Amino acid sequence: MEFLSQLLDLNWISMLSQTLNTAVPIVLAALGGILAERSGVINIALEGIMLMAAYAAFAIGVVTGSTLLGLAGGVMAGALLAAFHALISIKYRTDQTISGTVLNIFAVGITAYLYRQFNMTESVETFQQWNVPILSDIPVIGEIFFQQQPLVYFTLLLVVIVQLALFRTTWGLRTRAIGEHPRAADTAGIKVNRMRYINVILSGALAGLGGAWLIAEAVGSFTPGMTTGRGFMGLAAMIFGNWTPVGSFLAALLFTVPGAIQVKLQLINAPIPYQFLGMLPYILTIIVLVGAVRRNKPPAAIGKPY
Amino acid sequence: MNKSSTSPPTADPNAVPVLEMRGITKRFPGVLANDNINLDLQRGEIHCLLGENGAGKSTLMNILYGLYQPNEGEILLNGKPTKITNPKDAIAHGIGMVHQHFMLVPTLTVTENVTLGLEENKGLFIDVKKPADRIRALSKQYGLDVDPDAYIKDLSVGMQQRVEIIKTLYRNAQILVLDEPTAVLTPQEVDDLFHTLSQLISQGKSIIFITHKLREVLKVARRITVLRQGRVVGATTPQEADSAKLASMMVGRSVMLKVDKDAAKPQAPVLSISDLRVLSERRTVAVNGVSFEVRAGEIVGIAGVEGNGQAELVEALTGLRHIEQGTVKIDSAVMPNESPDAVIEAGAAHIPEDRHKYGLVLSYPIRYNMVLSTFDKPPFTKGMSLDEGMITKNAKDLVKKFDVRTPSEETFAGSLSGGNQQKVVVAREFSRPIKLLIASQPTRGVDVGSIEFIHKQIVAQRDAGAAVLLISAELDEVMSLSDRILVMYKGKIVGQSEAATAKREDIGLLMMGTQKN
Repeated sequence: MEFLSQLLDLNWISMLSQTLNTAVPIVLAALGGILAERSGVINIALEGIMLMAAYAAFAIGVVTGSTLLGLAGGVMAGALLAAFHALISIKYRTDQTISGTVLNIFAVGITAYLYRQFNMTESVETFQQWNVPILSDIPVIGEIFFQQQPLVYFTLLLVVIVQLALFRTTWGLRTRAIGEHPRAADTAGIKVNRMRYINVILSGALAGLGGAWLIAEAVGSFTPGMTTGRGFMGLAAMIFGNWTPVGSFLAALLFTVPGAIQVKLQLINAPIPYQFLGMLPYILTIIVLVGAVRRNKPPAAIGKPY
Repeated sequence: MNKSSTSPPTADPNAVPVLEMRGITKRFPGVLANDNINLDLQRGEIHCLLGENGAGKSTLMNILYGLYQPNEGEILLNGKPTKITNPKDAIAHGIGMVHQHFMLVPTLTVTENVTLGLEENKGLFIDVKKPADRIRALSKQYGLDVDPDAYIKDLSVGMQQRVEIIKTLYRNAQILVLDEPTAVLTPQEVDDLFHTLSQLISQGKSIIFITHKLREVLKVARRITVLRQGRVVGATTPQEADSAKLASMMVGRSVMLKVDKDAAKPQAPVLSISDLRVLSERRTVAVNGVSFEVRAGEIVGIAGVEGNGQAELVEALTGLRHIEQGTVKIDSAVMPNESPDAVIEAGAAHIPEDRHKYGLVLSYPIRYNMVLSTFDKPPFTKGMSLDEGMITKNAKDLVKKFDVRTPSEETFAGSLSGGNQQKVVVAREFSRPIKLLIASQPTRGVDVGSIEFIHKQIVAQRDAGAAVLLISAELDEVMSLSDRILVMYKGKIVGQSEAATAKREDIGLLMMGTQKN
């Protein structure tokens, strides 16, 4: 009973605010996945890209003393790794799943190596919370949405931008066309592979931003393997959101709610082992995906080099 | 069918042709695909390009569309020599291509597909309203009845083809090239297409119509050019030519278009179906209480527009699909449900509708494909293993007997032409003694020479005492090959008649679900 009353006493508003915050890297990875897959290229390298970007953001941030430069470095590193994925899967027509897997393994190895080699003990100064004037004063909504760190706002903006770009612009129409029926697009005079390069590189930049978030906003310092599956959860959110930005954003929130609950439950010493609580987001991801995979349809030409 | 042309001879033969291809020669390694071809197109005419698969029609049109460069020859548009180096050039010069396999993105709308590559923007965003209005106007002008907001995946094949036509019109095409446009259409859709084409030419467009179907050529063309083995073998008009003449030009020897057969001598029933009910892939009723018999020594043809349950009927008969209700008997033995083995054991042979999916293993050599249903029995087994020598010998014999044109019996089935692939299927199925033959679209995508051969083989099986069930979307084939005709419509047998007395018009009406008054 004491536990239940503690549960009710918890600050649920701060928990939702926390949910939004922790969803950022998953949303960014999902947006990256959408850009690549809508154009017909599987990008399961997102996990590795995020890890690489996190290290780059950390190292550059520490060396230059600028979090912003670190962030830019993370985005660049993500784009660079994705460009490599694009090259071997578009030009050299390697199986895209294998290419992605190899890059994931590579990223784990190289970041762990660099981390040990250059034993940097300093950390990066994380971005401060910034309250949006006026809006942050709205009760509940203001606290959840407008008392956040800068990248949260930027991510929300990106969700809207990518959604509009994908469904309302020339670039979006062409992207969707080359992911579904590249030959049709080709006969209409669209440069299929050039667009795929652009999309995959952008996808890496977005996931890179997600990885850099870990350094620039979450913890400020690097630990090997610190992405802990966020890239894969981003891909899950992408599938559950049926390859749409807004859908994937909502899916990412759904995946992060249990994580936020878990933190709160640990605070009140809930009578459940914390390891089980830690599994919750992943278990939920699996359950949700089993349903979604049957319902949702990926772009038709996905994974096929053109 | 009367031989009136739907294209009025309005074109002036002395005018400068909108298109002239002069002395086009195209060589590929080891192949002379086009050999000094001349072709011209007048404004407002339909010019049919007739030829079998591999005659060089597609190569010629790909040259016109800028996909290939000719080794020799030139292209003149309105009398002016023009270089076309890529499809964009071709489109800019007013040439539009309707490909045999549609170039449409199923998940996008009509407007999105039509404007793809030519999008107009309003501020940051794409403008769909203005193009949609233009599509509506074009649709009205040419009587196409296309809804710009519809998604391609929700449209029928015939409607999708109209979208392809709109796509070329939207790009201001003056010359339309249609590559085998009727291959995927139902008879009604073919009529609609011909109507559309006559609308197009009456408004000054010019059309090159590529096909291998003689009936269509005679119906729609103003002029006909026949290609064979990369060369123009003749030019004619529907007034001068008839089917027999065109077929012999196309194949290079005289071809029997009529199937030569004696009257059937039917005996005891071999296949008896009663009250059969089968569901489709989408769990709707596809075959709804069908009963009929096929007797030894007769060919029973099922006519009908595709998609009226014929495919499901065949799958149920051959054990490939679950039977919900009713019985299938072969020689008075009831067949167990979903057992292709039992059907083969009972003496049935099956020429499937889709030879790539059900008839052949494309990545296997011919010799293995020849024993797909018999490899596990003597003489093809030796103890626990295959008798490779016997399998090769079997293939060699069948290749010879059934005139399969192939470099060797080791050639992969996938690299043969459609006609030769079908001959492999026929050879395999006919290589064992059969009581019942179920032939589904046996000559689809097959050249005229092979059609003649396959028809002869089917009649030979009948004369040897087999019961034959023929299912074909080609009404001509059903009418010329069958002894008895059943018409299938919406899962039911809606009519039957003796082939000798059947009228094409009556069967056509039944196929559309209309009873004769």
